[in-house]
Amino acid sequence: MPMAGDDIVAMIKAAIPDAEVELTDLAGDNDHWAAVVTSAEFEGMPRVKQHQKVYAALGGRMGVELHALQLTTKCPA
Amino acid sequence: MSNVNERIAAMTKEHDVVLFMKGSKLFPQCGFSSRAVAILDHTGVEFETVDVLQDMEIREGIKAYSDWPTIPQLYVDGEFVGGSDIMMEMFEAGELQQMLEGKKAATSES
Repeated sequence: MPMAGDDIVAMIKAAIPDAEVELTDLAGDNDHWAAVVTSAEFEGMPRVKQHQKVYAALGGRMGVELHALQLTTKCPA
Repeated sequence: MSNVNERIAAMTKEHDVVLFMKGSKLFPQCGFSSRAVAILDHTGVEFETVDVLQDMEIREGIKAYSDWPTIPQLYVDGEFVGGSDIMMEMFEAGELQQMLEGKKAATSES
């Protein structure tokens, strides 16, 4: 079952409170998402760790219910 | 270390650049894997691919090995680098090319 966009944003924000999440439905099917996550917590973290932090926020649903999430992480400018 | 971890470690040590993916270089079975292959092709480096769809043990084991929930996964010199999004970011920043500099170039088959 696909994951609703609102749920994705809510879960990320619950785990990373200062995160700004920009979510795009890539295919218009509610199942292929692109997310740009901006948080000060990413400062000084290797990319792999930044992405792992977002995956952790999604509590194991990434790769299962959430099939496709194209992820970009950023620090605030 | 469990058996599957040893198998994965051996694969990542045997080749400098290894991509665990869905499908093969010529027939990627998922958009993200296809993108990862395209990025590596652009760098011109020689790389090995492992089709996780052919091996259930690797398919599940690789996720625990790297603490990463999705496939594809790129390993360089035995180290986990990231999935297709990280590969794209690094490629655009020129970091991936830098990392792969000095690796063997792919032999042209055409």
